[in-house]
Amino acid sequence: MSVEKVATAQTIAVPVAEEIGEVWLAPKPTSLWRDAWFRLIRNKLAVAGGIVVLLMILVAIFADQLMPFPYDKSSLSHANEAPSATYWLGTDYIGRDLLSRIIFGARVSLLVGLGAQVIIVLIGIPVGAVAGYYGGKLDSYLMRFVDVMYAFPQLLFVILITTMLGASIINIFIALGLTGWVGLARQVRAQVLTLREREYVKASRVSGAGGPYIILRHLIPNTMTVIIVSLTFGIPLAIFTEATLSFLGQGIKPPIPSWGQMVGENQQYLRSYWHMTIFPALALALTMLSFTFFGDGLRDALDPRMNK
Amino acid sequence: MLRYTVERLLWMFPTMLAMSLIIFVIMHATPGSPLDPLAANANPLTPQAQANMARHYGLDKPLHEQYLTFLWNVVHLDFGISYVQKDREVSTIIQNTFPISLVLGSLALIFATTIGLTLGIVAAVRQNTWIDYLATSVSMLAVSTPNFVVGVLLIVVVALGLNLLPIAMTSADLFDPWSIEYWSKNWTFWILPTITLGVGPLATIARYTRASMIDVIRSDFVRTARAKGLLEGAVVMRHVLKNALIPVVTIIGPLFAAVGTGTFVVEFLFSVPGMGKFFVTSMSGRDYNMIMAVLLIYGFFLAIMNIVVDLLYGFLDPRIRYN
Repeated sequence: MSVEKVATAQTIAVPVAEEIGEVWLAPKPTSLWRDAWFRLIRNKLAVAGGIVVLLMILVAIFADQLMPFPYDKSSLSHANEAPSATYWLGTDYIGRDLLSRIIFGARVSLLVGLGAQVIIVLIGIPVGAVAGYYGGKLDSYLMRFVDVMYAFPQLLFVILITTMLGASIINIFIALGLTGWVGLARQVRAQVLTLREREYVKASRVSGAGGPYIILRHLIPNTMTVIIVSLTFGIPLAIFTEATLSFLGQGIKPPIPSWGQMVGENQQYLRSYWHMTIFPALALALTMLSFTFFGDGLRDALDPRMNK
Repeated sequence: MLRYTVERLLWMFPTMLAMSLIIFVIMHATPGSPLDPLAANANPLTPQAQANMARHYGLDKPLHEQYLTFLWNVVHLDFGISYVQKDREVSTIIQNTFPISLVLGSLALIFATTIGLTLGIVAAVRQNTWIDYLATSVSMLAVSTPNFVVGVLLIVVVALGLNLLPIAMTSADLFDPWSIEYWSKNWTFWILPTITLGVGPLATIARYTRASMIDVIRSDFVRTARAKGLLEGAVVMRHVLKNALIPVVTIIGPLFAAVGTGTFVVEFLFSVPGMGKFFVTSMSGRDYNMIMAVLLIYGFFLAIMNIVVDLLYGFLDPRIRYN
C-alpha cells in the first residue's frame, strides 16, 4: 500500500513546495477500496479475468437478445451439423443451435453461482459472527456442527438433496448453499475472533452497545474483504459443482441447457461429432479460468499482506 | 500426541452419528420411498403390495425405531439389503466395488503427488525461465478445468484420435488388486481414468509447492546454507524442500475429498465398476440402505484422512504442539 502513497505524496508535494516554499502536504488519505482498486488494475491477469467475467455477465443478462435461435428449438433436418455460417458452433443431435444453448447456459451457470452465494452468505456470516463474538459454549456447539458438515463429501450431499427434492434451479441453489456455507462461517469466525479484542469494539461495548449492534455495525463491515474474496472463489466452485451434477444427469433438467449437462449428454457422440462436446466444455473451462484469475487478483489486492 | 490422536478418533463417533442422522432425516423427509421410487422407469406396486413389502422391510415402523434399528445393525456391520438390487446385501456390493474405487483413488493420488511435486520443485528452482512459465500456466489451466472436461478431451485425443488406449473397463468380477496377472492384462484400462482423476490435484500440488518453495528459497537460512558453500542440489533437497513441504501437506486433506468425489465422475465417464457408479442409481431408486452406506463410508474415509494429515503436519513441523 505504501508505494502509491509515497508516489502521490511526492507528486503533490513537489509543485506545492516550489511555489510556497516550506509547506509539506500529508499524503492524501486513500480508502481501502481505492487502494485495492489500483492494486487490482495493475494485475494484468486479474484484469483479463475480470473482463471475461464481465462479458459473461452481459451475455447472461442479454441472452434473449443474443441467441440466434431459441435454445430449445430443434430442427431434425439440421441435426448433427458441423459449425457453419448459419449455426456458428454447429447443432446437436436433435438440431438445436449449440451457440444459443451455450449463451443460455451462461445465464444458468451464473444464476446457480450467484444464487448459491446468497444462501451461503445468509447462513455463513451469521453463524461465523455469532460463534466468534459470543464464544463459549455457543461457539463450541456451532463449531462442532460446522465440523460435522465439513466432513460431508460435498458433491454427494448435493446429489442427495437434489435427487430427493427434485432438481430444479432453486433446489440446486439450496443444495449448494446448505453444503457451501461452512468455509465462509469458519473464515468469518476467525476474523471476528481477532476483531472483537480491538479497542474500538471494546469502546463500543463500554459505551453500552449490545452484541447485535456491535456485530452489525463493527464486526461484519470489517470482515467484508474476507467475505468478498470467499464469494469470488465460491461462484466458480458452485458453477463447477452444478456442471458436475448436470454432467451426471442429476442437475439442470432438459430442455433448459447447462454446460455440464451438454457435455454429459453429448459425450456419447464424441466419436463422430466432437463439436457438440468440445464447445460447452471450453465455455466451462474459460469461465472457471477467468474467475480463478480474477479471484487471485482480488485476494492479493484486498489483502496486501498475503502478497508475496 | 497420543492423547490428541485418541481424542480426535473419539470425536469421529459423534460426527458419524450426526452425519447418519442428517442423511436419515433428509431421506425420510422428502417424497418417494424405495417402494415408490418416483424414478423414470419405476414400476409402481399396488398399495396392498407396497404395504406388505413395507412390513417385511420394517419401513412401516415409526421413524425413530427405524433409525435405532439401523444403528444397531451398523454396529454389527450389517448395512441391510439393497432395495434396487434386491438379491444382494449392501455390504457385499460395497465389498466388491469399494476396492476398485480405492485403487483408482490411490493411483490418482500417487500420480498427482509425484508429478505435482516434481513440477512444483522444478518450476521454483528454475523460477522465471520458460520451464517455470510452462509449468505454471499448465497447472493454472488444469486447476480450472473440471475433471470430466479433461476426461472428454483425453478420450477424444488419446483413445479415439490416436487409438492408443482403451476407454471402457472390464467388469468388477475379474478385479483382483493383488494379482500380477490381472495388472499385466488390464493396466492399460487404468491409465486414462487415473490421469483424469489425478490431473486437478496434480496442478494444485504443483502450485502450492512452487509458491512455498519460492518463499523458503528467499529466507535467511537458505542464504546461509549457500554461503557456507553447499552445492545447490543439497541446499534444495535438504534445506528448502523439507521446510517447503509443510504448507503443502495441509492441502492434501481437501485433495482426498476432491479425489474421493471425483471418482464418481470418472467411474461414470470410463464405466469403471466402482462404488460411485451405484451411487447415482441408488439415489434415484431411493435405495435408503445403499445411500446411507456409501455416504457414511466416504464420510468415514475423509474423517480418517483428515486426522492422518493433521498428525503428519505435526510430525513434519515440530513447532506445532497438539493440545
